[in-house]
Amino acid sequence: MKSHPMKLMPLTTAAAALALSFAQPSTVAAADYVIDTKGAHAFVQFRVNHLGYSWLYGRFNTFTGEFSYDADKPEESEISVTIETASVDSNHAERDKHLRSPDFLDVGKYPEAKFVSTGVQMNADGTAKLMGDFTLHGVTKPIVIDVYKMGEGKDPWGGYRAGFQGSTTITMADYGMTYDLGPASTEAEIILSVEGIRK
Amino acid sequence: MMPRTSVTLENAERPSLLRNTSERWGLIAVAFHWTVALAVIGLFVLGLWMTGLSYYDPWYRQAPDIHRSIGVLVFIAMVARLVWRIFDPAPAPVPSHKRWEIKAAHVVHGLLYAGLFAVMISGYLISTADGRSISVFGLFEVPATITSIEKQEDVAGWVHYWLAIGLIAVAALHALAALKHHIIDKDTTLKRMFTRS
Repeated sequence: MKSHPMKLMPLTTAAAALALSFAQPSTVAAADYVIDTKGAHAFVQFRVNHLGYSWLYGRFNTFTGEFSYDADKPEESEISVTIETASVDSNHAERDKHLRSPDFLDVGKYPEAKFVSTGVQMNADGTAKLMGDFTLHGVTKPIVIDVYKMGEGKDPWGGYRAGFQGSTTITMADYGMTYDLGPASTEAEIILSVEGIRK
Repeated sequence: MMPRTSVTLENAERPSLLRNTSERWGLIAVAFHWTVALAVIGLFVLGLWMTGLSYYDPWYRQAPDIHRSIGVLVFIAMVARLVWRIFDPAPAPVPSHKRWEIKAAHVVHGLLYAGLFAVMISGYLISTADGRSISVFGLFEVPATITSIEKQEDVAGWVHYWLAIGLIAVAALHALAALKHHIIDKDTTLKRMFTRS
């Protein structure tokens, strides 16, 4: 059998490139992470006060996002998350239908919500303020999310992960959602649990 | 043998008012028709009104409960009505009706029956999309069955809304046709829906 050196050549270059890329993360300052929505180790949840008597929780089941993070330079971190608004889930189909309607999210007109960070301010206690632009219901406004890192390190399956917890409160009317749920229910608290897998 | 035959003959000549004859509708068919008609018009108005209620309206929770409950009862009535139709065949068309009128009436009746079931089933699929059952006036529960259609409550909601509007439009055509027969043709089409021939 005759060998085919011309065909083998690209393979070896690919292998070399692969080896190089594996060596790279340790030398690069900030690592890039993809949010683990595939394994559902990330949650975009919200809660709204019901009549002033209790909390109603919901979540968005479909979203994607990426972030870059370096423990030595956390203030250089960046994150962007895109949420499919129709994936809203409050564990009640009729309510979800109402939430998707023009009374609230109007998902036909505004199928996406988005957060893009613009800066990070570290607090003395190690927590941080994550600043960014939040687009919801067609309205973009700057918001500040209180975040802290829960941890980072190797996972049991050969990967490397970093996880954060964050929360912020928005006033629904600021985003053009003016359906009257009562005086105790004008705000929504957004709770983010984000685990990223290093690329 | 003779008395028996005469009894049967007498029955054939003076049939029960409850049942249809070849000339007019019986009381049971008439009751089904007008009860369902009233309920469906009521459900339509109630449905349009209740979906516009504000969160703090006292009817915000009660009106949908009533809408769902009546809807289930109409479904049961419609199944019974169809079964009854097998045992009690519909009268023959009014003799003065033209062939195209008979054909058109049959198409409209078919659309009304099919539309009614489609509207009721789509409504059921909204409320039971997440596996919750429907409580009928607190008397009994109708369990969920199909829950896995993608965005079921939205798809079923869209279908329910537009089919309901379509159904009312067809029902209006049906009513206008009956009035046309009564006022212009001066035949018994409408009268016999009140058991008169």
